[in-house]
Amino acid sequence: MEQRIDIDWTACEGHGLCAELLPERITLDEWGYPLVEGTPVPTGTIKRARRAASDCPALALKLRVRQPT
Amino acid sequence: MTMTFPDVYMSPRLLAPGGAPADLPTHEQRYGALPYGDPDALLRTVAESGLTGRGGAAFPVYRKLVSVAEAGRRTGRSPVVVANGAEGEPASRKDRTLLQLSPHLVLDGIQVAAAVTGAKEAHLAVEDGASYLESALAHRRDPVPVKVLRLSKRFLSGQSSALVQYVGGGAALPTYKSPPVRERGVNRAPTLVQNVETLAHLALVARYGADWFRSAGTPAQPGSALCTVHVPGREVRVVEAPFGMPLARLVPLHGMSAVLVGGYHGTWVPVAEAAQLGLDAANMGAGVLAALPADRCGLAETARVLRYLALQSAGQCGPCLNGLPRIAAAFRTLAAPGPQGTTRDDVARWAGLVEGRGACHHPDGTVRLVRSALTTFATELDIHASGLCTATDAAPLLPIPEEN
Repeated sequence: MEQRIDIDWTACEGHGLCAELLPERITLDEWGYPLVEGTPVPTGTIKRARRAASDCPALALKLRVRQPT
Repeated sequence: MTMTFPDVYMSPRLLAPGGAPADLPTHEQRYGALPYGDPDALLRTVAESGLTGRGGAAFPVYRKLVSVAEAGRRTGRSPVVVANGAEGEPASRKDRTLLQLSPHLVLDGIQVAAAVTGAKEAHLAVEDGASYLESALAHRRDPVPVKVLRLSKRFLSGQSSALVQYVGGGAALPTYKSPPVRERGVNRAPTLVQNVETLAHLALVARYGADWFRSAGTPAQPGSALCTVHVPGREVRVVEAPFGMPLARLVPLHGMSAVLVGGYHGTWVPVAEAAQLGLDAANMGAGVLAALPADRCGLAETARVLRYLALQSAGQCGPCLNGLPRIAAAFRTLAAPGPQGTTRDDVARWAGLVEGRGACHHPDGTVRLVRSALTTFATELDIHASGLCTATDAAPLLPIPEEN
């Protein structure tokens, strides 16, 4: 099943940890908030993406099967 | 005072004729009793009618009803209906006008929505005031009780996740909703949030059927919509018009330079382009149409609106919290004649950074307005850069609450 990275923007505090853990999927904007690659996370990256989600200090990073509509 | 002209553009469907509120006997005399047929047959009628939401997103009502009803069956929880009359948009008056003139049509629509989705609980969210709603409710014998809720007038109060949170006892602030409110809304029950005008149309579709509904509007966009029309020097008017009606018939274009279509989350359209357009569900938002006379500055008006929108940010999401005030400040620079430096590029970059990066659509709607202003008033931007402004009347035009 395809998984994508989703951000709970009300929770995200711009700690920036995600960009360090998943630099190829996430960069930071000029205010320190994540800019996320919107395409599905490749299978080889899923494990690290889950890790980034669980390590997010605000628990704002989510892995979703599909984008909420 | 809002003036209503319910029968100028078509025979009135929603607004009581004569501009006088319709009490229950008047209402029943005019429309007949509300039929409670088989929910599945009713759902098919709604599908055939092609009714879409009138709160701004124009989402097919049938699809929302089906997903809420299905979520109710799947989870074993009775859905909740929330009628959204919290018209946060300062330039829109159509929802409160409808509630004032035809409250029973909206209340009928709530009952239809509850019958179709299997809801046992319903709420009607309105802005402060409107005490006549309780007395209207007291006259009715509805199968599903309706509670009236009052919200303070803020731009985002009517956002669906904010409304759902408020009905559930929380603050009226947008939240990250996954799964969406139609699956998990008020107290985690599947929730139908529907604009009050949409519900009024639904009450008529239930009575008169899909063919009747489709007799107004276009095949692709059937039916009519309430519009709030702002023309300088005239009273603000709420009119009902069929989709496809030329904008020029709703807003006089002579002597105007642009029209704001869809309100503060909408788009500026140059007058030459507006002359070619019809009323279109895709861009009309919640139905606000505001004409900008040629002697006013569209950039100055946009700057005023952007300042208001930045202040109305709930401040919960980083990109919106950081981006909107910067965009608003930059637009203030652009609105004043003089050197612009990198301001135009900054606005374009920040617009890209806030778009799609929030729990609600406030940043997206704001960006839509910004981008349309940059293109519609491109010539004026260049004139401002050279230190001049073509406007001769600097009096503020668009309604903005508590501005100073």
